[in-house]
Amino acid sequence: MPGKEAKQKSLWDGRIIRSALIDSLLKLNPRKMLRNPVMFVVEIGSVVTSVLLIRNLLRGSGAFGFDLQVTLWLWFTVFFANFAEAMAEGRGKAQAETLRRAKSETMARRVLPNGRIETVPGSRLRVDDVVMVAAGEVIPGDGDIIEGVASVDESAITGESAPVIRESGGDRSAVTGGTRVLSDEITIKITSNPGETFLDRMIALVEGAERQKTPNEIALNILLAGLTIAFLLAVVTLQPFAVYSGSPQTVFVLVSLLVCLIPTTIGGLLSAIGIAGMDRLVQHNVLAMSGRAVEAAGDVDTLLLDKTGTITLGNRQAAEFIAAPGISNDQLADAAQLSSLPDETPEGRSIVVLAKEKYGFRGRELSAHEAQFVPFTAQTRMSGVNFDGRVIRKGAADAIERYLKENNGILPCEVRATVERIARSGGTPLVVAENNRALGVVYLKDIVKGGMRERFAQLRAMGIRTVMITGDNPLTAAAIAREAGVDDFLAQATPRDKMDLIKKEQSQGKLVAMTGDGTNDAPALAQADVGVAMNTGTQAAKEAGNMIDLDSNPTKLLEIVEIGKQLLMTRGSLTTFSIANDVAKYFAIIPAMFAATFPVLKALNIMRLATPQSAVLSAVIFNALIIITLIPLALRGVQYKAMSAEALLRRNLFLYGVGGVIVPFIGIKIVDVIVRALGMA
Amino acid sequence: MTLNGWLQILVYCAVMLLLTKPMGVFMAKVFSRERTWLDPVMRPIEKTLYKLTCVDEHREMRWTEYSIATLLFSAVSMLGLYLLERTQQWLPLNPQKFPAIPQDLAFNTAASFTSNTNWQFYSGEQVMSYLTQMAGLAFHNFVSAAAGMALAVAFIRGIARREKETIGNFWVDMTRAIFWVLLPLSLVAALVLVSQGVIQNFRPYDTARLIQPQLVQRVGQDGKPVFDASGKQVMDTITEQTIAQGPIASQEAIKELGTNGGGFLNSNSSHPFENPTPFSNFVEMVLIFLIPAGLTFTLGRMTGSQKHGWAVFAAMAVLFLVGITTTYWAEARGNPLLKGADETHTALQPGGNMEGKEVRFGIADSALFATITTDASCGAVNGMHDSYTPLGGMVLLVNIMLGEVVFGGVGAGLYGILIFVVLSVFIAGLMVGRTPEYLGKKIESYDVKMAMLYILIFPLMILLLAAASSLLPQGLATLNNHGPHGLSEILYAFTSATGNNGSAFAGLGANRWYNLAMAFAMLAGRFLMIVPMLAVAGNLARKKVVPPSPGTFPVTTPLFTALLVSVIIIVGALTFFPVLSLGPILEHLFMNSGRTF
Repeated sequence: MPGKEAKQKSLWDGRIIRSALIDSLLKLNPRKMLRNPVMFVVEIGSVVTSVLLIRNLLRGSGAFGFDLQVTLWLWFTVFFANFAEAMAEGRGKAQAETLRRAKSETMARRVLPNGRIETVPGSRLRVDDVVMVAAGEVIPGDGDIIEGVASVDESAITGESAPVIRESGGDRSAVTGGTRVLSDEITIKITSNPGETFLDRMIALVEGAERQKTPNEIALNILLAGLTIAFLLAVVTLQPFAVYSGSPQTVFVLVSLLVCLIPTTIGGLLSAIGIAGMDRLVQHNVLAMSGRAVEAAGDVDTLLLDKTGTITLGNRQAAEFIAAPGISNDQLADAAQLSSLPDETPEGRSIVVLAKEKYGFRGRELSAHEAQFVPFTAQTRMSGVNFDGRVIRKGAADAIERYLKENNGILPCEVRATVERIARSGGTPLVVAENNRALGVVYLKDIVKGGMRERFAQLRAMGIRTVMITGDNPLTAAAIAREAGVDDFLAQATPRDKMDLIKKEQSQGKLVAMTGDGTNDAPALAQADVGVAMNTGTQAAKEAGNMIDLDSNPTKLLEIVEIGKQLLMTRGSLTTFSIANDVAKYFAIIPAMFAATFPVLKALNIMRLATPQSAVLSAVIFNALIIITLIPLALRGVQYKAMSAEALLRRNLFLYGVGGVIVPFIGIKIVDVIVRALGMA
Repeated sequence: MTLNGWLQILVYCAVMLLLTKPMGVFMAKVFSRERTWLDPVMRPIEKTLYKLTCVDEHREMRWTEYSIATLLFSAVSMLGLYLLERTQQWLPLNPQKFPAIPQDLAFNTAASFTSNTNWQFYSGEQVMSYLTQMAGLAFHNFVSAAAGMALAVAFIRGIARREKETIGNFWVDMTRAIFWVLLPLSLVAALVLVSQGVIQNFRPYDTARLIQPQLVQRVGQDGKPVFDASGKQVMDTITEQTIAQGPIASQEAIKELGTNGGGFLNSNSSHPFENPTPFSNFVEMVLIFLIPAGLTFTLGRMTGSQKHGWAVFAAMAVLFLVGITTTYWAEARGNPLLKGADETHTALQPGGNMEGKEVRFGIADSALFATITTDASCGAVNGMHDSYTPLGGMVLLVNIMLGEVVFGGVGAGLYGILIFVVLSVFIAGLMVGRTPEYLGKKIESYDVKMAMLYILIFPLMILLLAAASSLLPQGLATLNNHGPHGLSEILYAFTSATGNNGSAFAGLGANRWYNLAMAFAMLAGRFLMIVPMLAVAGNLARKKVVPPSPGTFPVTTPLFTALLVSVIIIVGALTFFPVLSLGPILEHLFMNSGRTF
């Protein structure tokens, strides 16, 4: 992923920080704050103390120095929370800026129904318009190629500098507005109106303009709001109890206690965590169409992985020629190479290469001998060449057997045995026949990508089942599944089988993720809970999925799952941390509040904070600073390790629960020492 | 603390542990309408009842209908009790010729017994006729407990069922709770108690001539001592003692078994007619936890995850053990201010803080009874909680503040802790990076919303009403103690009411404000909470079940128990810490420095 490094911005990029600082001020708007109930309460508290501060100043009452500091730190608390959100958004905004540059106004050559061509601005194109784009021109809008083939530079979107081939018909026909044609000329049918193009959607997504709260975020927000109400009750009713006890409190102290108790740490960082999760996906060159999809990715129970390209390297390689009895290996290699010369598929090329390297057959120019190529069709399931009276065919064993039968030949049982042996070991046997005689078998080998076994084992530890989808026969599929370490496989899979499998899994309450690129994948992509469409795929596939992988790398599904889990874990860990912090804050503030009236309560001041004022102030300062301190964690996400839920929970409970109890005791004490040293209270 | 004391506590724990499974299995059968050995006797009665009341026992209810049935039933039966109290002077079985109960007290008592609280702003033997006690109060002891069990079973069904709209039939659940569980067990328990000397009769009260006349302060209507014109206290000489009688044993059993706690007599289980011997004391303690503990097993059985049932049991047990250890320690330590007094344990005296405790029970059994009764929302007492040391009393207060989920009230304890389970699972799910699942049911924002509503009612009622009482003149008028102890008394009253416990720190006199405010707290603490609770149950029942995988956080392990305990403590106790520090904690610190209130 060459584009990846370029996009990974430093966490503390100067430009982002500057604009985030301004945004955090704008976000103080109470209407915007209402989205976040916890921080809204803090803002109300800050307003109340500010008003009282001014009133006290005019009246000359109150402890101005202390009250002022409390008020300022309360505002800082709100500001820091806004800053966290602005920082998270800032990174997306910076990327949107880059994308906007690709969106510069282009002129389009529109083909009118009468065949005439007129030049119009790209923004005037509508769905079903047809345009011509030549080499060097920018494609004016999303569309499907209806004629021609061209190499296209998509770096504006994917960050990938190598051009890709786009051609009419098939699964490589979609082009994206804003990309540039490098060679040839193509005719495109526009598929989206201006403002709704892929680039527009992408900009909106990375900017977070369309961000809606995800279900899990809503649930957490309810929990936090509930806790806030509970603590609001505790603090509001504390004043009557204090009055009863003959020790009434100032509003400044009460608001301080409230702000310290309500879960400001997670409240302040919650939306930043969500935005950062989306942003992490973008850094992996994946666009999630909704935050919901990211969350669903964390919940996935079953991964449907296409064998080719995901588990194995994209293509099979010829590894061996195994001749039939009475046929020499040279004969077989020669025929195999001849039949593969016009075959542009990677498999075909690998046969040519193997024949050359192992048996010294050089590639020959066939046209000179008036050769006739027989391309692969779904009906015959064979390809081959007719040349100098030789009829050479290669294909799957059953196809060749049928072909031989038609020509009064037979498939020798030795060959059949070889075929079975290869299939069982996970390879693909390709039988080569000349006229009505089977020459032997080409052993095409699937190469399983490195490290896949370990990753599947990790997924299994997390409770995720992997299912390999392949068009291969069950025997071959089983062998590769065994080699790669997947839990299950679906052999000879049709798009319908895939769809049925998804539905079956979902009916058991499982969440399913899959990748796909072809138009026939579209229904399955739409049905899956997480459908990752490849950017190279068809428009239909891209619209059906809820994520698009710009690198078109199906293996990335694994990373997407990890990012989804990490997002939830970051939320959970910081929530635990935030609530656990309250214990220390009680021990700081409660004795400070009442020690003047009841000196015996000093026994609760176990941190030995210097004075009641310094104790309250230290708690408030700690509470504000912890938000800033945790911004990097919120943006990066908590460290993710593949382990069972039980082990993961034990680890996170220890780190963020027990840690959350201990850290503030130390933190508040340190702040208190500094506050005293600076003479602040 | 003594070895003997600990042995008694451990024997109690062992007996409870042994009884949990058989109770749980039996109740699971009863509520799943499976055959039990009681069927030949109870089935005909049940069928006749349904025929008379036109209940179709095969028709199931959605959660909304279930809530409405519960609320309507409770409203009607509460009205019935109120009318009975107001008209008892005209009705039979009133040998003492007690007049009608005043309006606000009658309302308070009706609310109290309908909500399974059994807070008593009256002395039973001084105002209630035998008919009111039996047909009114004891009736409610049965039905409010049965309603609690029905609600718990409805919640269990919500967890266990998949893609169903209904959670059972309230009438059937309640009827079966009464005829299969409460009535038979009460009958046996009453006989056991009678064998220990608990009385059961309809006689008018006995009068005994005192051997030694007593000189006592005269107390006015407001509960405060009366002074004459010269400012001296008015003293009365008493030569006779009235000894209350009544059908006590039959009420005693259900009082404990249904975690009701409303005593026939004012001094409740500390009275020798209610709780004469250490063995009767033991039986009563067993009765209190019997159904709540058994229901955890029922939970495991009906949801098909027995280990989860035990994990919930374990969380309750941990909180119980922490409570009893602290209370026993605090009480056995005695009062540091009694310098020179011998507070050590010897063969002749129990030692420790014996103020307000019965000599026949001693420190260990008193502390154990107090912990059990506050854990279980029972509210029966065998000693005065008000006289416990500040820390000992605080444990009792905190037991209730946790939401009455440490075994808790019959049914209410289970559904209460299951709400905490929902929250724990939600937090745990987030921490393992997966949308939380509870036994395969995804916990979503609706469930969290309802769970939080349920949880919020508790601090809302307790804190707001206690705060109001600590400021209002009506609230302070009948408060007999001042300072932190007075605050503890107010706090305890509203905590007990909202938690539907019913035990009291004495020292708080009844007046119109308390009668009404407490009635409000008791009703809210029961009926406001069951609606969101049933909403969660109904919503869970509708959900699909996701098969468990290694990625699912298991709700069966010690780690889950630890998490559940932390969530209960944090959500339950954290909001009350500020006021606790002005009440019992302050009082404790004062006591250590030589001051009492």
